[in-house]
Amino acid sequence: MFKGGFIQNLPKIYGLYTGGFVVFILLMAILESAGVSAANIGIMFVAFTVLIYALIGYLSRTIQVDAYYVAGRQVPTVFNGMATAADWMSGASFVAMAGGIYFGGYTYMAFLVGWTGGYVLVSTLLAPYLRKFGCYTVPDFIGTRYGGNLPRFCSTLVLVLASFTYVTAQINATGTIASRALQIPFELGVWVGLVSILLCSMLGGMRAVTWTQVAQYIVLIIAYLIPIFWMGSKLGNPFPHFMLGDEVQRLAELEGQYGLTKNAGAAMKEAGVPGGLKYISNPHSGVPAGGMAVWKYLSLAICMMVGTASLPHILMRYFTTPSVKSARKSVAWSLFFIFLLYFSAPMLATLSKLQLMDPNLPTAIIGKSIAEVKSIPWVQNWGAVKQVFIADFNGDGILQLNEWFMRGDVVVLATPEVAGLPYVISGLVAAGGMAAAMSTADGLVLAISNCLSHDIYYKIIDPKADVRKRLIVARVLLVVIGAAGAYIASMRLTSILGAVAWAFDFAMSGLFFPLVLGVWWKRANAAGAVAGILGGLAAGTAYLIYVGPKFMAMEPWLGIDHLRFGIIGAPVSLILMVVVSLMTKEPNAAMQKMVDDVRVPSGRAILGKQH
Amino acid sequence: MLPQNTLNKKGRKDMSNKESHWVKTKNHMFITLAIWFFFSIVIFMFGESINNASFLGYPLAYYMSAQGSLAAFVILIFWFANKQEKIDDEHGYGGEREDD
Repeated sequence: MFKGGFIQNLPKIYGLYTGGFVVFILLMAILESAGVSAANIGIMFVAFTVLIYALIGYLSRTIQVDAYYVAGRQVPTVFNGMATAADWMSGASFVAMAGGIYFGGYTYMAFLVGWTGGYVLVSTLLAPYLRKFGCYTVPDFIGTRYGGNLPRFCSTLVLVLASFTYVTAQINATGTIASRALQIPFELGVWVGLVSILLCSMLGGMRAVTWTQVAQYIVLIIAYLIPIFWMGSKLGNPFPHFMLGDEVQRLAELEGQYGLTKNAGAAMKEAGVPGGLKYISNPHSGVPAGGMAVWKYLSLAICMMVGTASLPHILMRYFTTPSVKSARKSVAWSLFFIFLLYFSAPMLATLSKLQLMDPNLPTAIIGKSIAEVKSIPWVQNWGAVKQVFIADFNGDGILQLNEWFMRGDVVVLATPEVAGLPYVISGLVAAGGMAAAMSTADGLVLAISNCLSHDIYYKIIDPKADVRKRLIVARVLLVVIGAAGAYIASMRLTSILGAVAWAFDFAMSGLFFPLVLGVWWKRANAAGAVAGILGGLAAGTAYLIYVGPKFMAMEPWLGIDHLRFGIIGAPVSLILMVVVSLMTKEPNAAMQKMVDDVRVPSGRAILGKQH
Repeated sequence: MLPQNTLNKKGRKDMSNKESHWVKTKNHMFITLAIWFFFSIVIFMFGESINNASFLGYPLAYYMSAQGSLAAFVILIFWFANKQEKIDDEHGYGGEREDD
């Protein structure tokens, strides 16, 4: 059945895997109708999928440096696209995005544009050139292109800061999902999540993470799309993506009918609304008026796009393809696979909002009597864990739009229940969320530990270390960083989304221009790069501390709040880098020749296969 | 396939081939980024006014933010990769694998 090597058989292997997963879902459906409890089905879904990932991780174990760091540079284009999509789509994309659109409306959708448009920058400005370079890590490029340990060290600093901010959010998400599905406390769930993440990455490094991420993508996309198509069919739209125009307009009509009211903070406090719960006060499809609204939309989109092009755990996925050409194509496939989920999220938000708001639908709750709503099973379930809440502000006993509170995550997690789909779908969604959070956490933990072991330990501390020692250091660091992330995640410092946006801003402040100018501007030199990295990072961080609600909480300047501090950091980085480069000596002839070679797509990589 | 005059010395021929490849690559990059700029920035500068128009029954600005621009990026990036491959092939840089 399997002639030839592993790589030639990939389509067959993942075809079988997908088939097997579908059979597993059907089996669960049969068990559910045979009377197995919802809780047990949830446990089986999460446990089974995590075990499969661990098995893939074990089978991909390796003792070779280039397999550990870059999966042997033989990952085919389309599969690397899937792996990148899983690497990219985090717990936030899977669990929180539809909820964000649900409550934020048009303004929030700047994230959708930002998180897809960034790939155009990756493809045109960076990925093919970094692949030609043949580096193992992003600081490996900075260190070799500019020469010397200082640029290497500075870029490592940004990488660790950005990726670590991001990874705590992901471990937090795995903890939330594991605790809910396995019915264990959150603090324990975080450590269960961590062990699952390490099982996938520790033995095989990038090779293991690549093949588990492909498996995780398949699970997460199935888990995201099935409920949408099912719900769409129930409402008479078998292909909701192209058929929800009327529904979107109906929502605007209903918003007019019920009225979008802002609640006073004091009233919410008095009614005891739990923290983190939101209510609908923004129009679903309406565009807010005024220049400031436009600027807020654009500045968020810009931060997310430029941040995308600077995030090391994404860039390093393109080091694993066989050639420059395939790296470029692979970016396109990545965006295609990401697009499949992202263009579905607004449809999920629309369908699930309509089900609660449209009085013609049996699932509607707005406008009904509060006593009646409180007796609905899913409202009771999610109310018990403080994920939904009802406050009768005007005391009329009828649920108004501004009296219904819900956590954003509930939109994805509870929609199957709200729509009356069988529990097997909820279990599937939990497995999908777990896959999304785990795959991103894996990529991030690996990015940090690879960079520390390669750039700090091997390149700076002990250049004579042998392969065995390097890989041991890499694995020890992997465990230490994962544990540190889990420890911080268990303290719950920021909301999931806040931390995710920060990672983009850190990366764009410190890395975007040093990376791009390294390829596109021959005159850029080491002094300029160091100034650009440190100056951009310092300016961005200082501004974050100035406006951050948990820090000094000062009035944001021109609406640039803590989600957008890269707007300050990146220009500072660019200016410093150009000015300092021009004030100091131009790079030597060898280095300029290196830049010329990077621009030629064929031929040998700049750095050797083993370095 | 080298478009330059083959009578040139090898070094010079190679240089100018490299240079013309880079000029074309740069232009291709700028065109791609211009299209990207239109779909990511320009149309959302006019979000409020274009939202009165509709597409497939959706308000236009809502549609572009939810699906339209996203789809445009997917198409753009595949087009970019294919066109760049053509540029590479024309200059003899189309090798599939690095020869190491």
